[in-house]
Parts: sequence; structure tokens; C-alpha cells
Amino acid sequence: MQKQAIFQSKLLPYALVAPQLAIVLIFFYWPAVQAVIQSFLLQDAFGLSTSFVWFENYVELLSDPAYFETIVRTFFFSFAIAASSLSVALLLAVMADKPMRGGAVYRTLLIWPYAVAPPVVGVLWVFMLHPSLGVLSRYLRAAGIEWNPLLDGNQAATLVILAAAWKQISYNFLFFLAGLASIPKSVLEAAAIDGARPMRRFWTVTFPLLSPTIFFLLVVNIVYAFFDTFGIIDTMTRGGPGKSTETLVYKVYNDGLIGGNLGSSAAQSVILMVMVIVLTGIQFRFVERKVTY
Amino acid sequence: MALRYFGAAAAVAFAVGMTASPALAVTEIQWWHAMTGANNDVIVKLANDFNASQSDYKVIPTYKGSYPDTMNAGIAAFRAGNAPHIMQVFEVGTATMMAATGAVKPVYKLMTDAGEKFDPKNYLSAITGYYSTSKGEMLSFPFNSSSTVMWVNLDELKKVNAEIPKTWPEVFEVAKKLHDNGHPTCGFSNSWVTWVNLEQLSAWHNVPLASKANGLDGFDTKLEFNAPLQEKHLEKLVELQKDKTYDYAGRTNQGEGRFTSGECAIYLTSSAFFGNVKAQAKFNFTAAPMPYYPDVKGAPQNSIIGGASLWVMGGKSADEYKGIAKFLTFLSDTDRQVYIHKASGYLPITKAAYEKAKAEGFYKDQPYLETPLLELTNKEPTENSRGLRLGNMVQLRDVWAEEIEQALAGKKTAKQALDASVERGNTMLRQFEKTAVK
Repeated sequence: MQKQAIFQSKLLPYALVAPQLAIVLIFFYWPAVQAVIQSFLLQDAFGLSTSFVWFENYVELLSDPAYFETIVRTFFFSFAIAASSLSVALLLAVMADKPMRGGAVYRTLLIWPYAVAPPVVGVLWVFMLHPSLGVLSRYLRAAGIEWNPLLDGNQAATLVILAAAWKQISYNFLFFLAGLASIPKSVLEAAAIDGARPMRRFWTVTFPLLSPTIFFLLVVNIVYAFFDTFGIIDTMTRGGPGKSTETLVYKVYNDGLIGGNLGSSAAQSVILMVMVIVLTGIQFRFVERKVTY
Repeated sequence: MALRYFGAAAAVAFAVGMTASPALAVTEIQWWHAMTGANNDVIVKLANDFNASQSDYKVIPTYKGSYPDTMNAGIAAFRAGNAPHIMQVFEVGTATMMAATGAVKPVYKLMTDAGEKFDPKNYLSAITGYYSTSKGEMLSFPFNSSSTVMWVNLDELKKVNAEIPKTWPEVFEVAKKLHDNGHPTCGFSNSWVTWVNLEQLSAWHNVPLASKANGLDGFDTKLEFNAPLQEKHLEKLVELQKDKTYDYAGRTNQGEGRFTSGECAIYLTSSAFFGNVKAQAKFNFTAAPMPYYPDVKGAPQNSIIGGASLWVMGGKSADEYKGIAKFLTFLSDTDRQVYIHKASGYLPITKAAYEKAKAEGFYKDQPYLETPLLELTNKEPTENSRGLRLGNMVQLRDVWAEEIEQALAGKKTAKQALDASVERGNTMLRQFEKTAVK
């Protein structure tokens, strides 16, 4: 039995959705359409001369091996960031979930980093790990590690992943804490009575019951790593050294705004859009079967 | 029903908003710039002084972020149909601005149209040449110009009993001494890695960076810096990077603090670094001319400028252009140029201002402020040292820096890195040529 609409007028429901629809159309569909159109054009930065080139921008992009390297790198970054921030957050949440003195203080402090804007995160970590300014790099050097993310691509990548993951831990922590709170105590007690030790209880009871949360966070984290790490990369490494920290989004920015190559930049955005649509599609299909909300 | 009332109210509000704006009597001139700190104060003072000097025009300076940010903001505003009147664009944006016929109003034309007195011969050609056509027509108005100099920590040099090095081999030798005596992390270093080690190096030794007079004679220019001199220089840097006799300090100027903190005792960067050095360095310092390789015939040639110029945007009214022309005349005034030179450390752009600063004995106490001027005017500029005009220059520099980083990290040889820089750069130049307005 479905409830009938309670609106008297037929127009009112449309009028009520209209603002939201307008926002979606103006801020999502219109720019998306613009990007698709732009991706078929060759245009100077000022938009003074425009020529229609069909798929030339795409062909050029897809025949560039550097572009594939960037794709692989972006996926690697996403998984590294998601995996590290999810696992640390889960560990912290499980520990903070235990009754203890001053638990609320710990929890608040752990949530704090979420309020820090990505570029600020970048600057903070740069201050700590800059080869000549950084406090931590002095210790690293003392420990005999050649620390120079300005030249060493792997170190720069580590730095970006570390900073990006650190910022996301709070967010994950919050959701895990809520997820843990919703697990019925009786289930855990029953397992305990059956003789399951804490580790076993965690892996066989808590973890599966958390799976909807984990899945949700996985999606959010990958999207975060794809798009929101821009500020961190821009303040920390600007994609360097070499191309070792250039992600797909950073390349869109770099080619479009710095390089003034709007056609290629738009083509990259379109490819990125398709990727995200496919990714989300696959994931939600997978979810409906495997994960119970 | 409620919607209809809302619509009516909105219409009224809109109408009120529309009628409120034409109340302005003075013509406003928007000036977008990228200056911070003390240099921002200079800009504000210039605008205020101009506004106080007459009542028809009002110059409104607005800070728009870094150089690339300001340029992007201007381009985006132009596309949206509300570009500022004056835009400060860094030197590497010159080709992009120049290619945008119609989007910009060349300064020489602006001055003739507005009937302002304007003689390009009054300006220092080493500076205006960068922003002029091959016929000598000034396209943009040089505002803040600098050049590369070698900043030296005199106290540290004294400790190792070294003179200020004049040539590159001497620099390497002194850096080695510094490295072995109290500077294990940095013998010498530099900012703006490509500007110093490719662009200036090439001009200073009178070898081409690119064909067609480094792009001044046409957009069909090709990069040519994968040549013996540049290769030898990079090879040396790679070798010295291994034990940090040379230590890379990043693509832009973020590493400059390493000089003022005392970590690096020899540091090549812009002469405009002066303000920070003066404020922060707790040691005796000076700015020496860039070193050169003595085995290169005719070296040193002359250096090229860095910094930014003011571009006048197209599509404005005749009255607005008149105001802009008056403002540029106001900026060219000798006393004002001397003021800008002293307050910011940037170079004076007119010959009269340079002479006046000299006559006042300004360089007696601070000879290092004349260093960039002496470098720029060292010899009559050649095809290789007049300036650079390469499209997509901002991204070109990133690509070159990427390759140099790879070489310094030991992933490529100097030759491979330079070959790749040239090859990737040429692809970008062809891309730019395709989109440039013919």
C-alpha cells in the first residue's frame, strides 16, 4: 500500500522540486555539457579562435603513454589512501569504543583534523617534512635516511599519501564509531560466552557487521582521493618531482589553467567523469548483492 | 500566488539595483596585480597618489593571488566579458598575451590613440625589448623587472677564505669548500631552476634557447637548448647534487629561505629577493653577477629580465583608455620610477630614473642593487639574449623542471633529460601555434 500524494495542486510538487532541479541543472549538467563540447574543440586560452577537431584531443591524450601512467598512479594513490586511512581509523575507533576515562576527549581530538582544509593540511605536513625547514626531516636525517621529497619521487608520493590519509582518518573514525555503537551488545556477549577471544570476536562478529559502513567509507574515500587531494598536492608538491605526484585531477588543472590547453583539459574531465560513473555503477551493483545495509 | 508576489518583489529589487549604479561620476580603472607584502604597499600608494593627482579617473588595485592565478583570473574574466582594464602578467605569460590579438590593447597604440606623449626611446631597451615587437613597438608596460643575480653570504665566504666567485668553475670550487666546512647540506643552490639554469644561462653565454631569436620572430620557434653548454652545466649540477655541494631547492622561489637562514651561502635567484634578504639576513651579503664559463667565447653576454609587465585589456571605452594612458604616463615619471626602484628593489624602467638614482649615490652604499642593471646592459643584446617569447611558457617551465628533477635524482642522464625537455616542449609549442590567433 502506497500513500497517495497529499498535494492539492498538481503544480505545487514541481514547484517544490524546482529549486533543487535548477541547482542540479545549472551546477552539474550545464558544466558537464560544456566540458563535453569543449573537449571537441581546439581553442586558445582567451577563447578568440576556436576550431572543431572531432576526437583529436582524445586521440592525442590516449596515445600519450604519460597519461596512462597518471591513471595508474591515481588508482594507486586512491587505494593507498583509502587502505591506510580506513585501517588506522578502524583501529582507533575500536580502541576509543572501549569504556575509558576521558574517552570523550580522545574522541573529540581524533575528530579534529577533519575540520582542517586540504591546502592547510598540505602546508602543515610540508612544515614538518620539508627537507630543509622540516622538524621531522631533521630526525629522519639523524636516523640516516636520505630524506629529500623535492627530488625523490617515492618519498614525495609517500608524503602526499600520508597527509591525505591523515586528514581522512577523522571522518572514517567518526563513522566507524557510530557503526560500532550500533552493533548489538548481545551478539558480542553471546560470542564471548561461546568462548571466542577478543580477536576472533572482532573478525567474526564486529567486522562483518561493520561491512556496510566499511563499504560506504571505501566509496567516499576513493572519491576523496580522486578529487579532494588536489589542495594537498598543490600546496605540497605541485605534482612533482618529475610527475610522481600528478593525479588525474591535478593534470586537468595543470593542462587547463596553467597550460591554457582547454580542449585537452576538457577531454580529461570527460574521461574522468566516465570513470567515476562506471566506478560508482559497478560498486553499487556489487553492494546490493554483498553488503546488507 | 505566493510565487507571483515573490517574482514581483524580485523584479522591484532588480530594478532598484539597476538604477543605483550609474550614479558614479569618475571612470574606474580596475588594476589586477599579484604583489604581496611591501610591494603591495607600493601598488596601493601608486594608485592612491594617482587618484589624488586628478579627479576624472580612479585606479582600483586588486590583489588576485600569485602570478599564474592573476593571469588565469584575467583570462577567465575576459571569457566572461568583464576583464579588468590593467592586468599584471609575469614575463613568461608574454607570448600568450601577445597572441591574444583583440583581447589586449598594445601600449604603443593606446598611447597614440589617447594622445599621450610617449617616446619608447626614454625606456631602457634591455627591459622594454622583452615586451616589444621586433619593430620596437611596446606591447605591454614593464612594471616590475628584475634579473638573476648570485646572492652571496660574505661572512661564510670569509670563513673559508674565498673570494666572490666570478666563473662557474670558481663557484663549484668555493661551494666544495663551503660544503666541507660547515655547510654539509648545501654548498650552493638556486630558485627558479629553469630560469637560472637554462634561460639565463643560455642568454648569458649567447647561445640560443630556441630558434627564431628565442621565439621573438615567430611562433614557429623550436627549442634548441639540448646543446653542449647546457648539457655540461646540468651534468655538473647532477654530479654535485650527489653530495649536496649543489642542492636542488624546488621549481619556484620557495627555497629562498635557505639563503637568509644561512644554510646556503651562495644562492642564485631574482634580484627582487633583495627585500627579504635585507629584512631577514643576519650576515653581510651582496649580489654578484651570474657566473659564466670562461671557455665560452664572448661570455658573459647580457642577462634577460624577469618580473612582470602591465597589459591593457581590449574592448574598453575611449574614455577608459584615456585614463589608463594617463596612468602609464604617471608611472613613467622619473621621480616615481626612482621611488619604485628604491621601495621595491625592482629595476627602474626609464633611462632618466636610472641616471637619477646613480647621481643620487644610491648605488654607493648598496652596489648590489645595480648588479642586475649592469648585467642587463653588459653588452648590446643579440638574438639569443633579447628575451624569450614561447607560448605555454608556464607549463613549458614545469616540463623542463620535471626533466631536470629526473636528472638530479639520477633517473636520467643530463643529455636524456635535456633531449626529453626539448622534445616535449616542441610538442607543446606546436600545440600553441595551432591555437594562436593568426
